[in-house]
Amino acid sequence: MLRLLARRLLLSIPLLLVVTAITFFLQSLIPGDPARSLLGPSATPQQYEALRQALHLDQPVIVQYLNSIGGVLHGDLGRSIFTGEDVGQTLANRLPVSLSLIVGGTLVALLIGILLGVLSATRGRLLARFIDVFSLVGGALPNFWVGLVLAAIFAVTLALLPATGYVPFEESPGDWARALILPVIALALSGIATIAKVVRDGVSTAIGQDFVRTLRAAGVPRRVLIWKHALRNSSVSLVTVVGVIFVASLSGTILVENVFVLPGLGSLAVAATARQDIPVIQGVALAFTVITIVVNLLVDVSYGLLNPKVRAR
Amino acid sequence: MTVAPISDGRVRTGRIRTNGLAVGALAFVALVVLAVALAPVLSPYGVNKQDLVRALEGPSASHVLGTDSLGRDVLSRLLWGGQPTLLGVLVALIVFVVVGVVLGVLAGTLGGWFDALVSGIADILMSLPGVVLIFAVLAIFNQELTPAMIALGLLGSGSLIRVVRATVIGVREELFVSAAIVSGLGPVRLMARHILPATFAPVIIQASLFAGAALAVQSGLGFLSLGVHPPDPTWGSIVGEAAANLAKAPWLLFVSGGTITLVSLALALVGDGLRDVSAARRRSDGGARTPVRPVAATRPAGAPAQEGVVLSVQQLEISFGERVVVRGVSFDLRPGEILGLVGESGSGKTISTLATLGLLPANASITGGRILIGSDDVTGADDRGFEGIRGRRVGLISQEPMVALDPLFTVGSQLMEVLRYSTSLPASQRRGRAIELLTRVHLPDPAGVLRKFPHELSGGMAQRVAIAVALAGDPELLIADEPTTALDVTVQAGILDLLRELRAERNLAVLFVTHDLAVVADICDRVIVMQNGAIVESGSAEELFANPQAAYTRELLASTPSLVRAS
Repeated sequence: MLRLLARRLLLSIPLLLVVTAITFFLQSLIPGDPARSLLGPSATPQQYEALRQALHLDQPVIVQYLNSIGGVLHGDLGRSIFTGEDVGQTLANRLPVSLSLIVGGTLVALLIGILLGVLSATRGRLLARFIDVFSLVGGALPNFWVGLVLAAIFAVTLALLPATGYVPFEESPGDWARALILPVIALALSGIATIAKVVRDGVSTAIGQDFVRTLRAAGVPRRVLIWKHALRNSSVSLVTVVGVIFVASLSGTILVENVFVLPGLGSLAVAATARQDIPVIQGVALAFTVITIVVNLLVDVSYGLLNPKVRAR
Repeated sequence: MTVAPISDGRVRTGRIRTNGLAVGALAFVALVVLAVALAPVLSPYGVNKQDLVRALEGPSASHVLGTDSLGRDVLSRLLWGGQPTLLGVLVALIVFVVVGVVLGVLAGTLGGWFDALVSGIADILMSLPGVVLIFAVLAIFNQELTPAMIALGLLGSGSLIRVVRATVIGVREELFVSAAIVSGLGPVRLMARHILPATFAPVIIQASLFAGAALAVQSGLGFLSLGVHPPDPTWGSIVGEAAANLAKAPWLLFVSGGTITLVSLALALVGDGLRDVSAARRRSDGGARTPVRPVAATRPAGAPAQEGVVLSVQQLEISFGERVVVRGVSFDLRPGEILGLVGESGSGKTISTLATLGLLPANASITGGRILIGSDDVTGADDRGFEGIRGRRVGLISQEPMVALDPLFTVGSQLMEVLRYSTSLPASQRRGRAIELLTRVHLPDPAGVLRKFPHELSGGMAQRVAIAVALAGDPELLIADEPTTALDVTVQAGILDLLRELRAERNLAVLFVTHDLAVVADICDRVIVMQNGAIVESGSAEELFANPQAAYTRELLASTPSLVRAS
């Protein structure tokens, strides 16, 4: 178990290096440099040189890269070219918004997905067929469009919920929840059907196992067999798919945050992309990679916790 | 010579056609691509031709899909906007397929360090948060769409590398087994004739799924106005424009987003359909069905339950759909009696015993006769009907002790759960009772066993635990379905001894299902021999062994060497 984790952590180092290297070296490949675009065409050569030195652009690329890695290790992610704000601080401010959205979306997908999955495993074909269709359509619907449609219905037409904006939890938990309902649904939609399918397969496999027959023959009621034993036996594949959905939500949140104008990492990434704010987009990429690594680690740990055979080692 | 993965690879149009929906979807995608390619010819208006007088109109004869906020024809814009959109998808798709196939095939054929390296790359690609890196690429390349789409193809190719590599390795193993390599095929022809065709189906499946994902990303970028050159539209940017007029013209949102959704739905259907076809081909070995012989279900008026009979099966008939698998089976079982039910696999002995506990598989049903437990008719009863019977009056021991318990819960948790539902013991006394039960089945260190998981038990121990579970509700009848078959001979003897003891101690009736006549001779009072779903002979154990009547019984006896020697 510990060895497994150690291996995972070790493998995450090249992952982080790859992400930083991709963004860094691609940048050096393209003509022009940030100093030129920051200063604009009217700058004097002296101003240009001074800024290049300040940004360490006069040094070889590899030295710049190692410097930036060193900076990252000290928690220094650089400053926004555009606003001059500290990237690390900006990320920290915006992280809670994205996490509320992603965790919320994953939880909603999990709850509804489990419910639908168990029902379709135990209640016949029609629901199973519905879930098949639902998962195809749910996977094909672009989440930003779903968000827009939800906003059109519930915010514009029915005026039940706010269409845009975010309220921090500390200010008003009620308004925080209201602001998140529509974006969370938009984000959760594609995951619901995936989870339902995994649960359906897991539960119907488990129901056919000998041990279910043993316990059933010994008088354990069906609801206990399904909701406790069959569900518990699908938990490993369930955890795997929840990890996948969580990581996919990182991508999804970029669009959904923009639809609902939520000040999270996703809208930061889009704004930074639009104005070529490289340090910021690098910071967001790094943050997303770290979150991905952490989620995958948690998934690995839970494999161990869920399976007594692994746990024992 | 047939090599499964190779024939698998030849999933061509003829095979795809078996899934009508997938074909329809493929045709739809082709139609959309064609229409978009012919946009200059097909579009009724210029892509950016404004007509402010007719802004935000609904569908009409002159504007089939209505107009946008500047009075531009939506259909024309969708047709033209499809060009950069689908081109972007195409670029990503080409990179995805080329990288995935080349690296996957090389890793699968070369093996060694190269394979390890490529697999490592695939792992890294698959654990990268892809979309945010595409934003980084867009930022670096000043919103040029092509580098972003190349990046998308690269980042997505991890899964294809894995799939292709696995397929290639599978084919190579098959080829070595069938010695196709020895027959003189050079590496190039081997690649062209066997290996590449095998990757065809998995590549198409992955490619169509990836194309859907690429379309979502491409249109997402367009929606965010990234990589768009206004006023020229992309599908995503049309959604963005519609979003700005959400309140005034919701219609626009449905037309634009609907187009994207339909195309990506069609791509998903193509992938799904192909996957089903290729999975079905792998599964399609055998499965020939015995011709069905419909038999009218006769339900004879059963005799009333006799006094002192624990289990009475009367003229039992069981069918899978139309096919009758058990017919005319009748027997009674009294307290303290051990009845052997003997026959080869497929003789209907197990299915008959499962029926007595209402545990038939979903596609089987009782189509005739009666089953009485004590004086209760449980013929065809549902779970509710078996409440108070399962566990409390009848216990079941099954064949494979190692899988008879839930592997994820401890022995104690399962035993106490059974005690909760099959006895009226208060929670505080269940642990003590569980220890008693484990002691009763002669397990050493019962408290320790309670804490163990099933995989920590040996087969013999697991079967003793299973017996303890079956005894938890203090039943009067034990159904033992091949309880010793999976065990070593010495362990077998121990389990048989335990069953004999329990019979003597509690006057327990045991229905003992087995194909092993030696075991029958050892433990049973009476024996029923079954063949092809019917009883061919029954009688006391001594009679049967001394003087078998049916030819089938004699065959069975002859095939049990230890008994032949004994007699």
